[in-house]
Amino acid sequence: MKVLQIIDSAYRCTIEEQDDPAVWITHAMKGAGADLDVLLCGNAVNYAVKGQDASGLRFGEIVQKNPPKLDNDIARLIGKNINVMVYSEDTAARGITEAQLLPGVRRVSRTEAPTIFSRYDQLWHW
Amino acid sequence: MKDKKTLTFSIMDGPYEQARTVTVFRLLDNAARRGYNLNVFAYEGAVNLPFSKQSKHPNAVHGHDAAEEDHPLPKDWVASLIQTAKKHGGALDWINCGLCVDERGAHEAIEGCRRGTPGDLWKWAQQSDNTLIVGTR
Repeated sequence: MKVLQIIDSAYRCTIEEQDDPAVWITHAMKGAGADLDVLLCGNAVNYAVKGQDASGLRFGEIVQKNPPKLDNDIARLIGKNINVMVYSEDTAARGITEAQLLPGVRRVSRTEAPTIFSRYDQLWHW
Repeated sequence: MKDKKTLTFSIMDGPYEQARTVTVFRLLDNAARRGYNLNVFAYEGAVNLPFSKQSKHPNAVHGHDAAEEDHPLPKDWVASLIQTAKKHGGALDWINCGLCVDERGAHEAIEGCRRGTPGDLWKWAQQSDNTLIVGTR
């Protein structure tokens, strides 16, 4: 079974979890043998932008030592042979250029969605 | 039942703050009454849904004591869904994401709910007729 993880809820609890739960569970299930690809859409396309830095958070005397590294987490997905796609319309709407995206991230148009979706047994929308 | 369906759901939201969980419970209720076999993987805040220490309270604004108010508790809904599935010849199996439980200290779950991993979600999905992910927003 092949599943496409469609992720569009972005930067929700990434500080508390020090990652994105939908990206995290993709890593975890891949480790359990799952066959998965990822499509980032909406605000989540920003996960594929290189050079993010969420460090520096401090509440009182508590300093966050392991801030989320979403770009690194996406690069690690690619390193595990998971196809990572972003909607080109959504990157364009946010002023994200192709040069800003991580190597290996594939830009696809929303018009291609039906063709892309047809390659998967299930679509899981996070 | 020859054509009995097996459905897997993943819920991500905790109780009370939004309407998605109630919607999922409506779907589960409907499927349970059809005798389907149901799997629920509770992820993130959803592990609080079967937390056994939820308790009812009075509501002065409504002018009710605790008994009159009879405040809905998600843990009771989960228990009732498990019973409903059983009554109609199906089953409802519930797994809480173990790490999510640890983060929240939500270790005490009602009977019928157990600890597991994302690997369980993938295994269930492979064994099911379909899977519905209800992410948070």
